[in-house]
Amino acid sequence: MEPERTADKPEAIARATISGKDAWYPENQRDGFILRQLVTKDFKLKYRRSALGVAWSVLNPLLMMIIMAAVFSRLMGRADDSIPNFPLYIIIGNTAFNLMSDSTSRGLMSIIEASSLLKKVKINRWVFPVQKVLFAVVNYAFSLIAVVLVMIFVQYAPSVYALYVIPGLFMLSVFCIGLSLFLSCAAVFFRDVIHLWSVFLTAWTYLTPMFYSIKILPEWLQTLESFNPMYLYLTYLRDALLFRVNPSLELTLGCAGFAVASLVIGYLVFRRHESKFILYI
Amino acid sequence: MGGQAKVFSERESVIVADDVTMIFNIASERFNSLKEYFIAFMRHELRFKEFRALKNISFEVKRGEAFGLVGTNGSGKSTMLKIIAGVLDASLGTCTVKGTIAPLIELGAGFDPELTARENIYLNGALLGYRKEFIDEHFNDIVDFAELWDFMDMPLKNYSSGMVARIAFAIATITEPDILIVDETLSVGDFLFQQKCERRINELIESDNVTVLLVSHSIDLVERMCDRAAWIEKGDLKMLGPCAEVCEAYKHYQK
Repeated sequence: MEPERTADKPEAIARATISGKDAWYPENQRDGFILRQLVTKDFKLKYRRSALGVAWSVLNPLLMMIIMAAVFSRLMGRADDSIPNFPLYIIIGNTAFNLMSDSTSRGLMSIIEASSLLKKVKINRWVFPVQKVLFAVVNYAFSLIAVVLVMIFVQYAPSVYALYVIPGLFMLSVFCIGLSLFLSCAAVFFRDVIHLWSVFLTAWTYLTPMFYSIKILPEWLQTLESFNPMYLYLTYLRDALLFRVNPSLELTLGCAGFAVASLVIGYLVFRRHESKFILYI
Repeated sequence: MGGQAKVFSERESVIVADDVTMIFNIASERFNSLKEYFIAFMRHELRFKEFRALKNISFEVKRGEAFGLVGTNGSGKSTMLKIIAGVLDASLGTCTVKGTIAPLIELGAGFDPELTARENIYLNGALLGYRKEFIDEHFNDIVDFAELWDFMDMPLKNYSSGMVARIAFAIATITEPDILIVDETLSVGDFLFQQKCERRINELIESDNVTVLLVSHSIDLVERMCDRAAWIEKGDLKMLGPCAEVCEAYKHYQK
């Protein structure tokens, strides 16, 4: 019995390799390739059949910036003398805020949109909301190129402090991932969330000092802003690119705290309910 | 398990359904808005009606077996399939599955109509869990099998459903999965391609490594290809045994 078995085994293994057992990633390594494919897909679809193609990734934020800078610098530019360059102030804030609003409003729909797939193939469900955030981060990276171009153009080239963008972007992305996980899950059970979220985003846009300086707000609202995660992330990125200072410890802890809290809550809620998704999509 | 299919009885089981029961909560599934939910909650109408889509189903499928699932519409076949595929958790009981599962994916699921066929093959392969290098190596084989060389750079939305089914089948069967799930997706292909698919499925069955799970309410295909079959009717496992016997009984039930 014994020798027969050992003689059998290598052959069985050899045949298995030919038949393509190495065709698959082990179950826990699949997500990387899936994420990459999905982000690539979104990116290709965004620029398919446009003459300028990927150039729009830089051009679009650039044009938006010029318009907003022109409008809002006139309206609010004189309110705060501590801001060295008001157009840049707007642009840095706006691009970062767009990262959040893009990723969450896409993430919100991600599970519902993947429904026919989720009914058939066993895939880690978190891949879909996370992928939407990664796609938004890729887009943000392109608009960052536009920001740098503008900075060079207005002769306010990025300094060494610009490196703080990396941890800042990381914390913001984690924050968005948590939010997207939570929202995608909530939207599955209550479609109202889809409509509510766009209203909420509009309110959030105006409540966050993006086009204006925090100094024009009444005092009580100024205090409240330190509990507005988006204001913290915007301040962090502005410290890095515009004010050229080290973000304060308090600010860094705030940014990190909101990121971790969002991720933990989002993940726990998602994990708790994901097995029931299929009944509602 | 009875004494059926002697050849397979000593092999390892790749699918073990053990007393699987699936309960859907009909009342709570209607709620799609907070308002409705809240009203029902206040009226204590939540968890109102239970619907048992599957009742105490137990069966085993061995490695290398071709196993058919038959039953009329709404009998619980697809629910069983979802539990086997691992996308739906059984309410009671367990379903254990060993190895890789390759389902046939239809248009709109793992395919994006705006992408070209070439791009879709990679996307679909990734979703099935294939390695990138593996798809690179076997890309030509996939296209050969699907016979769609002339259309590789055309967006999939210009394809007919039959052409998409060709690609789906080619991707799922380019290697030997442990379990191949064949469902109605295949029926949109033309007869030549269906014959080709049948030949390929037979090859896979004969390799003895691949378990084929065939789900259909059309009985002919199941009868031709399967060794054993289970007949699920209104959530009950009505019959389990050699394919010919089960199919015979199922046909009489229809009359």
